[in-house]
Amino acid sequence: MNKEILKILGKNGRLQNSQIAMMTGLSEETVEKEIREMEKDGLIRGYTAVIDWEKLDSAYVSALIELKVTPKASLGFEEIAEKVMKYPEVESVYLMSGAYDLCVIVKGKTFQQVAMFVSKELATIDSVLSTSTHFMLRRYKELDIELCNTDTDDRGTYLL
Amino acid sequence: MIDYDKILNPSVRAIRPSGIRKFFDIAATMEDVISLGVGEPDFRTPWQIRNAGIKSLEQSRTKYTSNSGLAALRREISAYLKRKYSLSYDPQGEILVTVGGSEAIDMALRAVLCPGDEVIIPQPSYVCYEPITVLCGGVPVILETKAEHDFKITPEELTALITPKTKVLILPYPCNPTGAILEKEDLEKIADVLRDKDILVVSDEIYSELTFGSREHVSIAQMDGMKERCIVVNGFSKTFSMTGWRLGFACGPSPILSQITKIHQFAIMCAPTTSQYAAIEALRSCDEAVASMKEEYDLRRKLIVNGFRRIGLECREPKGAFYAFPSIRSTGLSSEDFCEKLLYAEKVALVPGTAFGKGGEGFVRASYCYSLEHITEALQRVERFLKSL
Repeated sequence: MNKEILKILGKNGRLQNSQIAMMTGLSEETVEKEIREMEKDGLIRGYTAVIDWEKLDSAYVSALIELKVTPKASLGFEEIAEKVMKYPEVESVYLMSGAYDLCVIVKGKTFQQVAMFVSKELATIDSVLSTSTHFMLRRYKELDIELCNTDTDDRGTYLL
Repeated sequence: MIDYDKILNPSVRAIRPSGIRKFFDIAATMEDVISLGVGEPDFRTPWQIRNAGIKSLEQSRTKYTSNSGLAALRREISAYLKRKYSLSYDPQGEILVTVGGSEAIDMALRAVLCPGDEVIIPQPSYVCYEPITVLCGGVPVILETKAEHDFKITPEELTALITPKTKVLILPYPCNPTGAILEKEDLEKIADVLRDKDILVVSDEIYSELTFGSREHVSIAQMDGMKERCIVVNGFSKTFSMTGWRLGFACGPSPILSQITKIHQFAIMCAPTTSQYAAIEALRSCDEAVASMKEEYDLRRKLIVNGFRRIGLECREPKGAFYAFPSIRSTGLSSEDFCEKLLYAEKVALVPGTAFGKGGEGFVRASYCYSLEHITEALQRVERFLKSL
């Protein structure tokens, strides 16, 4: 396990091993080996890009669903959470403290599609007591990356 | 018709504009130029600092402050210097808040120099010390630091330049452009040379928070017997990414500071009020933000240094500031030729080492105040350029 590499990849998963090697002072081979091991151990679960879909016609809608559920005596929230996360429409599932139990992020092509998924699939699960759907209207920041950032590098070379 | 030649001060006219100007004027006319030229942080000023500035405006705190700066800010500066560098300066009389570190340097030299006084200036270094000295009627005495000494000044070199006319030693460490720092052992030796002499040290420590590895910045004023012969200059620009706020400070013995404050009072009145309120917040609550910026600089530093080495340029490890200073001697080109050819061929803007003094010949300065992607792209272009030579 190499925390330094994890930190670097956590900020930018697209860096090449050669770059990470230069940033850490490790050899390229060591970096490759460390990353492969962390992938194998399930420490690194995957890589993705943060995409501003709103820039495309193929924009999708997301909703945050608050789920109140009755936990099963033996399995707590695990069973229901695992059931919910298997749906391809579901992007994230979190167990929450406070007024509701599971926070489910759902993705779909249209509001209609998401609403149907919630009412037909999630709401009908046995232990689900209630659902509350909040549609996301605009994404400002995701995974540390600002989506509406229009900053340009306006630093001049006025002095040294 | 008015004769400006008669009007203008000849010593002002004699000052050459920064040699770099024409170079960046060329770069500005080109498209897709990728620059490693800028000497200022790319990070935003941390939010809590900006917010403190905004709040002060909402509360209409827009009047002059005391000449030497807000008392609360001077107290925070005093506490900060104590906490970070074990320096003790009385907020009352030993600290002056200035318009950037630059003003502090200007005021310090104005307060002490008489015509003919010699100022020892290590080079390569930041470009302001020589012209300010000249404008004060002083005589710049250049100490050319050597790559083989890691661009540190040595006690021997210093001793050799001291004359009865020596009034000031400029100590610009951590150093722009070389990235050199002076560690405690180095400072002890310099202090040994100066301790029994009437020479004032103007220690420009603007990059003090940017020292890498496990090296902590040490100030010459911490050395035994040196505080009374030092003016310590620092500021908020680099540490807190606050370049445009224009805020710095000078600390020193009150007999000197009171004179400096007099000039400041008539020339400037006081440093910008909004910036002063923001700076209080910076010193109180931004250790974490500073640490995270420093961590990011360190990654970039390693990437750029190892990157230059990998493509065949010798590059010493810069231990402070945010510049790499690779040697381009292996190309057989002069620093200026290298930079100009690189700019035309691959559209990468670096700064020739000679912009920082003759001793910078054979080197170029590359700032790493840029994203990892930006640095990587620049390195790839430099590599292509080197292969084409």
